[in-house]
Amino acid sequence: MTLRTAAFAVCALVVLAPPSFADARSDAKSQVDFGINVAQRGLWREAIYRWEKAVELDPTYAAAYNDLAIAYEHEGQLEKARKAYEKALELAPNNAQIRQNYELFKEINDRTSSGKDNR
Amino acid sequence: MIGRAPAKTTGRLALAALAAILAVGTAACGASYLEIPIETPIQPKLDVTPFQRVLVAGFVAGGSDDIDANQETVRLLRSQLRTKSSLKVIDADILPLMEVAQDQAKATAEDRDRENASPQSTNSGDHQSNAAMPLPLKIKDEKDLEQYERLFANTAYWKRIGEEFQNPLIVTGTVLFTNRSTSGFVQRDQEVYDPYGRRRVIPTRTYMERKGFMLRPKFIFIDGRSGATMYSESYREEVLYNAQQNTPALSSYFELMDRLVPNFLSALSSQKIKGSRVLLK
Repeated sequence: MTLRTAAFAVCALVVLAPPSFADARSDAKSQVDFGINVAQRGLWREAIYRWEKAVELDPTYAAAYNDLAIAYEHEGQLEKARKAYEKALELAPNNAQIRQNYELFKEINDRTSSGKDNR
Repeated sequence: MIGRAPAKTTGRLALAALAAILAVGTAACGASYLEIPIETPIQPKLDVTPFQRVLVAGFVAGGSDDIDANQETVRLLRSQLRTKSSLKVIDADILPLMEVAQDQAKATAEDRDRENASPQSTNSGDHQSNAAMPLPLKIKDEKDLEQYERLFANTAYWKRIGEEFQNPLIVTGTVLFTNRSTSGFVQRDQEVYDPYGRRRVIPTRTYMERKGFMLRPKFIFIDGRSGATMYSESYREEVLYNAQQNTPALSSYFELMDRLVPNFLSALSSQKIKGSRVLLK
């Protein structure tokens, strides 16, 4: 009886979850996917546009912040990259891939003492 | 009559539902990732936009007599700047900076002597001792080099050099290239074969005498318009070989400079650092 109730509760939670949250994440996810697609073709500015949109739609989406940080890094906007990585880690502190990206970024950023933005 | 389903079956159903939900959740959240190569552009440490030309003027050099560190450093940096920076490299005679510094020190000493000789002189003893300090004619170590540092603070001299070459960016500094020898225990891999002929590699510690070279350059970037120092950076690199190995000083010098040149260039021109990152979905 207890198990059945628990299963029902979990199902109900998934089915009745606020639709706005699901929409925001799914919209953000399609922006992220599109961004990855264009980044693979070297269109990093377009990718930045998409990932900025993704974090605007869903400010809790750690992966979007991670991807945005990578794009900023590729464009030499190191200060923006640092902020985006830090936000991604704040949202997903145990994500090893984000942490690894951030460590690699820091290694480069530390080498350039000033860490200037070229924008 | 329909009886209640056994508790075991209900439990299985619930677990299956949970597993299905988790699977759907995982697919929806997307555990997928993608490794992508990136190139991070690194901005130069110095703003060289006001300059079209660069003059690698010369270096106060010392240490080993095996090479002329002043000549070699100027030649190497000029050739690197020609290919790896947007600045036009000025081909000029290398300045004998040691002689220049010695002349300046002598002139300063003479001025002080004249001031002291005049009846209105109010110089303190401390002032006199400063002027009387002669520069070492042969630079053997860092202490000797330090005494030449005053030359780089002489803005009037560098401004005059700048005017002579139409206000370029001036690269100068000090270079110390010295012999180095050490002895001690070194860990090395040793091959051994057991009675069955199987090869094994065992790390062993052996006492070794080694010799080589140490390079300590300090690069100083001077604004040719004002004669003021814009930026400076110091490095230290060393290379050691087996005592039996006879490596020419010049090849060691180039080996050590090869390690430093990217850092030197990154002060003047932007560079791209290649790497890879993980994109997440």
